Amino acid sequence: MSALPGATDVPTPMGHGPMLRKEDARFVRGRGRFVDDVRLPGMLHGAILRSPHAHARILSVDVSAAESHPKVRAVITGETLAGRGLAWMPTLSHDVAAVLATDKVRYQGQEVVFVVAEDRYAARDALSLIEVEYEPLPPVIDARRALDPDAPVIRDDLDGRADNHVFDWESGDAAATDAVFASAERVSTCDLLYPRVHPAPLETCGIVADLDRITGKLTVHATTQAPHTHRMLYALIAGIPEHKIRIIAPDIGGGFGNKVGMYPGYLCSVVGSVLTGAPVKWTEDRSENLMSSSFARDYHMHGEIAATKDGRILGLRVRVLADHGAFNGTAQPSKFPAGFFHVFTGSYDVKAAHCRVTGVYTNKAPGGVAYACSFRITEASYLVERMVDVLSHDLGLDPAAVRMANLLRPEQFPYACATGWEYDSGDYPRTLTLALEMAGYDELRREQAERRAAYEATGRGSLMGIGISFFTEAVGAGPRRTMDILGLGMADGAELRVHPTGTAVLRVSCMSQGQGHETTFAQIVGEELGISPDDVELVQGDTDQTPFGLGTYGSRSTPVSGAAAVMVARKVRERARIVAAAMLEVAPEDLEWHKGRWQVAGDPAAGRTIAQIALAAHSDLDLPDGVEGHLDATCVYNPPNLTFPFGAYICVVDVDPGTGQATVRRFVAVDDCGVRINPMIVEGQVHGGLADGVGMALMELMAFDDDGNHLGASFMDYLLPTSMECPSWELGETVTPSPHHPIGAKGVGESATVGSPAAVVNAVLDAIGVRHADMPLTPAQVWRAVQGRPIRPDLAIR
Amino acid sequence: MQITVTVNGTEHVREVEPRLLLVHLLRDELGLTGTHWGCDTSNCGACVVWMDGTPVKSCTVLAAMASGRHVRTVEGLEGHAGLDQVQRSFIRCHGLQCGFCTPGMLMTARWLLDHNPDPSETEIREAIAGQTCRCTGYENIVRSIRHAARAEKSRDGAA
Repeated sequence: MSALPGATDVPTPMGHGPMLRKEDARFVRGRGRFVDDVRLPGMLHGAILRSPHAHARILSVDVSAAESHPKVRAVITGETLAGRGLAWMPTLSHDVAAVLATDKVRYQGQEVVFVVAEDRYAARDALSLIEVEYEPLPPVIDARRALDPDAPVIRDDLDGRADNHVFDWESGDAAATDAVFASAERVSTCDLLYPRVHPAPLETCGIVADLDRITGKLTVHATTQAPHTHRMLYALIAGIPEHKIRIIAPDIGGGFGNKVGMYPGYLCSVVGSVLTGAPVKWTEDRSENLMSSSFARDYHMHGEIAATKDGRILGLRVRVLADHGAFNGTAQPSKFPAGFFHVFTGSYDVKAAHCRVTGVYTNKAPGGVAYACSFRITEASYLVERMVDVLSHDLGLDPAAVRMANLLRPEQFPYACATGWEYDSGDYPRTLTLALEMAGYDELRREQAERRAAYEATGRGSLMGIGISFFTEAVGAGPRRTMDILGLGMADGAELRVHPTGTAVLRVSCMSQGQGHETTFAQIVGEELGISPDDVELVQGDTDQTPFGLGTYGSRSTPVSGAAAVMVARKVRERARIVAAAMLEVAPEDLEWHKGRWQVAGDPAAGRTIAQIALAAHSDLDLPDGVEGHLDATCVYNPPNLTFPFGAYICVVDVDPGTGQATVRRFVAVDDCGVRINPMIVEGQVHGGLADGVGMALMELMAFDDDGNHLGASFMDYLLPTSMECPSWELGETVTPSPHHPIGAKGVGESATVGSPAAVVNAVLDAIGVRHADMPLTPAQVWRAVQGRPIRPDLAIR
Repeated sequence: MQITVTVNGTEHVREVEPRLLLVHLLRDELGLTGTHWGCDTSNCGACVVWMDGTPVKSCTVLAAMASGRHVRTVEGLEGHAGLDQVQRSFIRCHGLQCGFCTPGMLMTARWLLDHNPDPSETEIREAIAGQTCRCTGYENIVRSIRHAARAEKSRDGAA
């Protein structure tokens, strides 16, 4: 009998390479520890009463009956919080947001009352005992009407506010772009909506807040992608000294940006613990998650692309109306109110480009930057990749040929784009060529023509479409001089300690939500120190145990914290050199690093491994003056630039023109994220993002009716892709190292979510021969598009 | 009301509210937090357990309905001989990322292979169609289940 394939039949690499994940042993046993698994002695449970109205004045709140419930321990209203100065909290975008509503409710699902009870059922029961009297107000639901002179003013809490305008922001050279457009042979325009969608991690948001009244220490177990940022926010908002706050992010069941921000339920739980003296747990239900916590996108875009008549792209001009909901709570580098949307020139060499983004308030939940968007690069990539197809459609050219003719060339890197980014590295034609070869593009086009001819001849059968997208991302924020969140520069710390026996502990500021940090970061250190990744333990997600840093979102773990891990390991390696020199009684300059050892140049037999050096560093070995014992180091990594991963995606769909049903038959994805630390994990990240793209392109939508009722408030209505909608993904890779990252790696966690929606949409529209229709391309929308009358999907059909 | 539920071979007698959901009995009363809760509406399948040998979504089963029945959860997969093959194959094929859907996927996978030891890719996809994964795009879950089927086949053939 041959050996069973088991969990250990892939050898552990010394460093980079495929390696099975360390975290899986607990997850497959059901022994992960998620926030809702945390149970503390005497723990109470919170529940939130939410607004049924999109816009209404609160006339009265009567909580007396709820307070009389035998199992209720505290009832917290907006007035309770106002008495403590906590009714409003700062957002990550220089606005304020209500914690519990005091004056008005501004979206359906907004938090109004927080109840703390002995169990989760009793807390819910008590909500039904609360009487809130509302005076409904006309809501602003359609973002395109938000700036109408007669639009109701949503933010009358802000001094002097007489409209729903949030910001105007622009990037690029308007005059140069206008000049390019004025002289262009062809200009194609298109209105595109990237609808409101939701990251919907399978685990909703939650917290266990525990204030120790004796020590004054607040311990927070919470679903947070950014523990250190949250610690500072609690300090700023609640006035608790920062050293008396410990944030613990246990295992997180998916984040995708949903778990970056600070939610009212978190603060209410802290207040609940303060008031009751007991730990308070609050776990969102799914409807609360979909209705109130950070949504994504909602960009209404008007795109213009200027070109020669043979398809050479000359310029891009974009106007965006951004629906930010009732509070401007986008989680992104503070100096960029539209995130990194201005990377919208994508992968093409254009002479000039300009975008203007206007943000508006509406009576919807706040948020906007989430769902693996790389700070709005999803919207940018969708825009440019859709516009290239619109241009190809208008010119009657093949979209693959148009892309190939306009892609940046390898010799143009580093490339300074028209909106100010410096792309670090790339070989785009090679990547697109590989994708076209893998897909068998020419053969697909022949099959498509045959299918269309058969359909037109008989009126029966299905159509097929081929959609391409070529994306470029800018991830790994970021250089602290230009990128910060609430004034905190986006640099990340790392601490590495090598024990006397040669095993190591690495502490980082970022926090995995499923990305496999425990494995990848151990591999990084293993590669740098020549020890097994099995001998490296990662500590993350505990502010008392880890150095400061901004967390995991925007695909920044590998570009920033990963680089920090490399640099701190190299610091340790250099210290080890001095110790090794003392051990070998040679000068440090006489040593060279070779396969995990410091050895004497020209005498490879004389050498010491990290384990030998570590023991000596803790021993009575005579060290040179000024050299401390032990073997550890700290560092802070300030990235010099972002990293620019890219890829070519090709989607093949079958569309039944009779029913409008689109089925993804194949999906070819060639990603270039530079050096891959663990290729298995990278491929897994890509798989997940491709499913996101199929979901957004075909299924996912949060629409609203005229009254502001949320029409996607459960998984019955907010449709996520299942195994049946997803094909078996076909992946390829090219490797163009980042020149400034210490191991040449780039971020990849969001690449596929960014790049894939356009490929799916392009494929469906290619199948039915329609110039444009907005996502999601549900059977109804496709059927309407075939009839020449696609709808705006974000508003309920009247 | 009093209920008697056998979970992973151990009998539990509990006084519960009639409305208590099975998922909350398992998680909050019995401390078996491997079974997860994800949606309220029987869509996501993070809460899948077996009841009398059949996968059910425990967010939509009352604890009272499980009285007198045998429930098997992810904690009951590992045996004296170590991890169940589906657990080993999920590790081997990177069939999980955040780990939140994993217990439900494993319970369905085990049930599928018990009833169809050599499922096609389509049969695997249909078996997990009532469950959501937000991380893997399903690819490696499907591969994991096929891997488990092959491993069990080669083991049975060699026995």
